[in-house]
Amino acid sequence: MMQHLIVLPVLVPLFAGILLLISRHGMTRTKRLVGVTATGLLVIIGIALLSRAASGQIIYYALGDWQPPFGIVLVLDRLSALMVLLTALLALGAVVFACAGDDEKGSNFHGLFQLQLMGINGAFLTGDLFNLFVFFEVLLLASYALLLHGGGKARIQAGVHYVVLNLAGSSLFLIAVGVLYGATGTLNMADMATRISELPAERAGLVTAGALMLLVVFGLKAAILPLYFWLPRAYSAAPAPVAALFAIMTKVGIYAILRVYSLIFGESAGPLAALEQPWVWWLSLGTMVAASVGVLAARDLRLLVAYLVLVSVGTLLAGIGMGSPEATSALLYYLVHSTLITGGLFLLADMIGNQRVKAGTRLVKGRPFRQSGWLSGLFLVGAVAVAGLPPLSGAIGKLLILEAADAAQRPWLWPVILATGLCALIALSRAGSTLFWRCQGEPAGDTLSTRQWFGVAWLLGAAPLLVVLAGPVSDYTRATADQLADPQAMVNALLNPGTAP
Amino acid sequence: MESLYAITTGILSACGLYLTLRGRTFPVVVGLTLLSYAVNLFLFSMGGLTTDGAAIINGAADYADPLPQALVLTAIVIGFAMTAFVVILAMRARADMGNDHVDGRKQDIGETPR
Repeated sequence: MMQHLIVLPVLVPLFAGILLLISRHGMTRTKRLVGVTATGLLVIIGIALLSRAASGQIIYYALGDWQPPFGIVLVLDRLSALMVLLTALLALGAVVFACAGDDEKGSNFHGLFQLQLMGINGAFLTGDLFNLFVFFEVLLLASYALLLHGGGKARIQAGVHYVVLNLAGSSLFLIAVGVLYGATGTLNMADMATRISELPAERAGLVTAGALMLLVVFGLKAAILPLYFWLPRAYSAAPAPVAALFAIMTKVGIYAILRVYSLIFGESAGPLAALEQPWVWWLSLGTMVAASVGVLAARDLRLLVAYLVLVSVGTLLAGIGMGSPEATSALLYYLVHSTLITGGLFLLADMIGNQRVKAGTRLVKGRPFRQSGWLSGLFLVGAVAVAGLPPLSGAIGKLLILEAADAAQRPWLWPVILATGLCALIALSRAGSTLFWRCQGEPAGDTLSTRQWFGVAWLLGAAPLLVVLAGPVSDYTRATADQLADPQAMVNALLNPGTAP
Repeated sequence: MESLYAITTGILSACGLYLTLRGRTFPVVVGLTLLSYAVNLFLFSMGGLTTDGAAIINGAADYADPLPQALVLTAIVIGFAMTAFVVILAMRARADMGNDHVDGRKQDIGETPR
């Protein structure tokens, strides 16, 4: 049983998803039960995987017992275990929130939700470049349908852009994979790393082209500077639990950049080593600047949170662009924090919109809240955490990233990150004071259900928890960064099982 | 053969790219389809183009690389599903917005708003 644990994060949502798709309407209670149980199981599996990976051993699962480099493998190392657990934690908050009623606004919510989880988990675990493409498509197909869940003009409009852009991105992904396969003759990432280290010089140009095309594709998923214009609209139009789950989708792009370029184009790649670094570094700074303009200009709370997602993407990319293990460790801590907090803020924004009825999440004068004490308290926690103020987790994450910059990078990084934090602070305090203080009339919204409160508290609770557990978490991310900095360990574990320590 | 193959792939992707950048949803869908055809052809050629190669490695020295064929098969299936989805989405957008512009706006396609 233990050796099959790695494949469970893909299989559990797959079977749950199939089960949930049997009936399109009705059986609401059963569907919710199955959806929440499957997601809860994923959390348990995630914890088990994390405790296994924490030892530093890299374990692989050869599907169909075809050994690497020939078969498709799922690889478990510290990074993938962390991402799988993070996805499960985020999804549990989102799915419980959805059970308050959002899931019944359209059909097949829970089934699609599970299939999307399957795609995300698969993308985190796979050790094969083409398989990564397949899992990207699985998660995208589910996300297209989830984005349109509930219908409405804004969603359809955002959906057309999102789908067309991602289809074009998929074509580019295939071209890049084709180029890399043509130049190296393999699709297994670890095998590709060894082939690239002994690459004949005349193929270096081809591999560079393929690698940078991959960067464009991952950049589209992660929403970096010239490729982010789809994100604010899509995220602010999506139903709240879906938007919360989408908080991990940009991180799939970040993860892919981290994985592919640290493993395939690591130190052993010779002249091709770290070829993404200059691009990622400057684009990350640009992303942060553009996102803070968006944060200041947003006139809607959901749009504001969508731009805050972009800010976090820029900050994470800067961590990749610095290219040192310290920076990777810092960015992983910040990744855990920003995923859970922005997910929680999307849920909270929906609750706020629900209470204000007509005014919705627009930042205008509206009706007062029924439960304004708790809502404003949670908003304060979320805002303090996401803007990066002490004492919550955002401050620690940003501090780690600022500290990781070396002397040449500091003049660029420090002002940008600090100014971005200031912009977020200004925008959030303006939003908060408009929402909670400038109100008139009688409260009209429905009483919010316990499930919604649970979902938001579950995700925003990460902010104080990550401060309390900052020691163990940063130890783990530090170990993860060291593991990523040593791609040879992965190559040995997969291709030369005899020599593995 | 190589140059013919390359020219075909190039023309297909150029047409696909041009149509994808159009303003109405139908050309965009056709453009994406052409683009995925071009990509499939491209993937297929990545194993190297051979004629008269054995399909299965059976001690034969001259065989066709089977992996790109498997990749193309997967890519075709996924591309097909995606095209079906985007067609339905475009029809839904046409019904909900009242026009077939990708941004859902009338004035951008030369029609006067009513």
